[in-house]
Formats: sequence, structure tokens, C-alpha cells
Amino acid sequence: MKFWTSVSIVVVAVLAALVVPALADLDQRLVDLDLVLQPPSWQHLFGTDALGRDVLLRCVYGMRVSLLVGLAAGVCSSLIGTAAGALAGTWGGRVDQLVCRVIDGTSAVPQLLLGILLVALFRPSVTAVVVAVALTHWMVTARIVRVEVMSLRARPFVDAAISGGASRSWVLARHFLPNVFPHAALATTLMVPHAIWHESALSFLGLGLPPHLASLGTMMDDGRRALFSGAWWVSLAPGLFILIPTLAVSGLAGVLRDRVEHRRRSAELAW
Amino acid sequence: MSVPILLVVTLAMFALGAASPFDPAARYLGDSVGNATTEDLERIRHNIGADQPFYVQWWNWLTHAVTGDLGDSLSQHQPVLAVISERLGWTLLLVTVAFVVTMALSLVTGALAAIRHGGWFDRAVTTLAYAFEAVPVFWLSLAMIWLFSLTLRWFPAGGVSDVRTGALSFGGVLSHLVMPAVALAVSQVPWFVLYVKQSVRTAMAEDYVVGARARGLRERTVLVGHVVRGALLPFITLVGSRFPELITGAVLVETTFSWPGVAAATTEAGVALDFPLLAALTTLATAVVLLGNLLADVVYAFADPRVVTG
Repeated sequence: MKFWTSVSIVVVAVLAALVVPALADLDQRLVDLDLVLQPPSWQHLFGTDALGRDVLLRCVYGMRVSLLVGLAAGVCSSLIGTAAGALAGTWGGRVDQLVCRVIDGTSAVPQLLLGILLVALFRPSVTAVVVAVALTHWMVTARIVRVEVMSLRARPFVDAAISGGASRSWVLARHFLPNVFPHAALATTLMVPHAIWHESALSFLGLGLPPHLASLGTMMDDGRRALFSGAWWVSLAPGLFILIPTLAVSGLAGVLRDRVEHRRRSAELAW
Repeated sequence: MSVPILLVVTLAMFALGAASPFDPAARYLGDSVGNATTEDLERIRHNIGADQPFYVQWWNWLTHAVTGDLGDSLSQHQPVLAVISERLGWTLLLVTVAFVVTMALSLVTGALAAIRHGGWFDRAVTTLAYAFEAVPVFWLSLAMIWLFSLTLRWFPAGGVSDVRTGALSFGGVLSHLVMPAVALAVSQVPWFVLYVKQSVRTAMAEDYVVGARARGLRERTVLVGHVVRGALLPFITLVGSRFPELITGAVLVETTFSWPGVAAATTEAGVALDFPLLAALTTLATAVVLLGNLLADVVYAFADPRVVTG
């Protein structure tokens, strides 16, 4: 029940972000200065912003950008994390120590500050934000994958492969990576709402995506300015568009985590 | 252990600075960069040391930093140390108040929810905690500004001083403090509530609690003396590890409420590409996080005599 509610919200959000911009003939950049800061009405369900653009429509556009940034950052951080974790877990010893130190060091810098530093130094752009989020979020995946690989290393099928003459890279590619894949995939799913939140926070501070690009964060930044003109509705919709999918994904992640755990436990029992 | 991490983090920061496409000389000149010749730029680069490799720049910065000279802030037009010492007090005030509120609120509600596990109070608290955990703190801040400042006019929307006179007074600061402190606390409470609830529930199943009940101790004595005390231990160790989230929250809340603290200065330094200030503030925040980890270990060893330090 919880699972399907979460799945349907995520599916609707993704579909809306993909389909609506293609269907709606109205360009989100369409500025109508006769309709500046209109409160919500039947024509404009969430009102219009300071340039007379429909907030709801712009939010759907913004969500597409946020989703893409979130997904890209989630996948990048998982790739870095899996690579680092697998490297540390497979090779152990000095390599493991080095990777652990890098994880500790990176974790000690507050994520938002590192994000601010990166975006400030490399100009606000989509790439800068994706890199900033990926570089500040890969440690969780790395820790999970490292521990997972280490526990796999003690399993008989790995011993069998090594005594059969398999090299470390072979064991890594054929035995470790396929087995850690569900964990890495779960970490990616969990990372997407984090990444979206992060993108919005940076953009809200004026250190994220360029202001002309509609994302949930840049819209929130617009909303802050509009708030003092009495227009509460400009920031309402972007907030809901961050909040509801985040709740759905965290619900989904909870269910998935239970299933992965359950599968692992039953696999261990069967074995 | 913390010092090498701090050194590597600052070195990495200077490496990033060197890889940045921005020209520090042009940044130094600001708007008058159009009048400068290539030779001028070269000379400025040489004067501010930007023509040296990043590790040399880092070393110079580090050796000066040890003596208390953190360079000059480009955007605030004063020494970085002066900016930090001027603003640090405001951040400490905000964060301390928010933290005390967070602790009090989450300990009481978390423990009550755990004691009546499955009851209406527990369900309400858990649902609210999950919902609020997903609410972005900057959105919450905007909603609070709209409701309490612009609509009800109970509290001022930002800053610390009186709008008309610009004067600082105790009552004035207090009324300016309420909203940012509450916003920061509300952003931290959900995680703490869920955690307190979990550790109280675990503690309730411990043998010594069952034993205390079996000895016929009063329910209140069992709860306060055994359950809460037992649950507090795993809890305090995690307080220190939540410093990064607290700093992130402070950056967003201070910026939204124009609070004149160091966290808001980070945003300003980022927007203005004020590398000396940004480097110092990032180092400061990292040091605070490392200190939090250290504090967690020390407090844990202090609270649990079984832990051997060394």
C-alpha cells in the first residue's frame, strides 16, 4: 500500500516532468507583464510570478531540471562511491587505509560549504552543481560497498574463485560488483532526493543553477523576493514539488531497504 | 588525527582554487579590471602571490594563519579575522539557542512517544517527524516569514537591529532571534526525535529495566532512572556527529533571515567569490565538525566508564 502510493507519486512526478513541457505549448519563458504576481486563480492554480509566468507550469519545468540534476548527481556519486568502496574492499591494506582517510576527510567538510566553494570557484552551471553534489555525497555509498565487499571476501565462492586462479580484478568484476549492485542501486535511489534538496539549497542561495534556468531552487529564490511583495504563492508550489516527491522516495527507499535486507538474510539462511 | 585531516582539506581547497577559471588578479581589481594592462595584471598576480603554485600559496597561507593572519576579505574590505570575530558571536548565539530548544523538544517528545509506543501521540509524533524531515529548511523559513512577520506581524523578518533606529537592544535582539532559532530547531528536531524514540525503546527492553520493574520500583523511577539514563548514552555520542547538519542549517537559516553571523558570511563570500574569507570559513566549519566528533568520543568515555580511552 505504502509502496504503491510512493511508486505512483514518483511515476506521476517523472511523467509530468517529461510530458507536460512537451505538451504545453506555452513556453515557460513566456513573460506576460499584465499578469505580474497574480494570486492563485482557476487560470493559474498556483498564481503567477514577478514576470507574469504561471508558477505551476514553471514548477513542472523546474522539476524536470531538478530531477535531471538529481539523477545525474545521484548516479555520479554512486559511481565514485562504488569505485572507491570496491577498491578499498578488494585490495585492502594500504589502499583501504588511503580510501578510508579520504572518506573521513571529505565527510568532515560540511556538504553545503563544499558545494558553495565548488560552485563559487567554477561558476554557477549545471555541471558545477552536479559535480558539487556528487563530490559531497559519494561517501555513504563508498562505506556501504566497502563493507559489503569485505563480507563477500569471506564467502566460499570467492575462496573457490581465488583458488581456481582468478585474479583480483576478475573476482571484482565477476563476483563483487554483481553482488554489490543492489546496494549501490538502492544508494542511488536514496541519493536522488538528497541531490534535489542540495541543488535547491545551492540555487536558493544564488550559488546553484543560473537564475534564468527554472529549477525548484531558483524558483524558491524568486519566491523569497516575491514574498516581500506579499506574494506567498510563488514559493509555495516549488516547496511542495520538493516535499512530496522526497516523501515518496523516502517511503519507497524504506520499502526497498527492507526487501534488500530480507533478500540478503534469506540468502544467508538458505546458504 | 584531526590535524592532518584539516591540513589535507585546506590543501585540497587551494588546489581547487588554483584549478578555478577565475583570475585572482582580475577579482582583486574588481570593476577597474578593464583599465588594467597585461603587465598590471601580471604585477598584481606577483604581488598577491597568485603566480606561485597552489602548494606554495597554501604554505604561505598556513604559516600566516598560525600567527592569526588569515588575509584580507575581498568583499568585506577588512581582515578575514576581523570579519569572523565580529560575526562569530551572532552565530554562536543562534546555534546555541536552537540547539537547546532542539534537545529539550526532542528528548521530551521522543521519550513520551517511546513510552506510549503505538498510541496516538506516538503516531502523530512519528508522522510529523517524517514529514518535517522532508521539509526544506529554507522553505520553512519563508513560510514562517510570511505567516509571523508579514501577516501576523509578531516578529521581524530579518536582521538583528531595530529597523528604524538601527539600535541594538536586548528585547530587540530577542524578538529577532525567535524565528531563525525556531526554524533551525525545527529542521533538526525530526531526526533527533526519531533517534531518541528508537534508543528509549531499545533501552526499555534491556535486562536492567526488566529487573528494575521486577523489583517493584515505581514506574517513574524506572523510566527516569533506568530507561532515560540508558538511552541517553547512545544519544549523546550522536549529538557531536550532527554538527555538519547543524552548520548546513545555520547557513540556510542565517541567509534567509539576514542574520549577521559567520554562516551567512559564507554565502556572501561564495556569491562575491571572496576566496580568502571562503577558505577561512570552510576551514573553521571543518574544524568544528572534527571537534564535534572528538567531543562525542570524550563525552561517551566520560558517561560510560566501561569505555577505555587511549
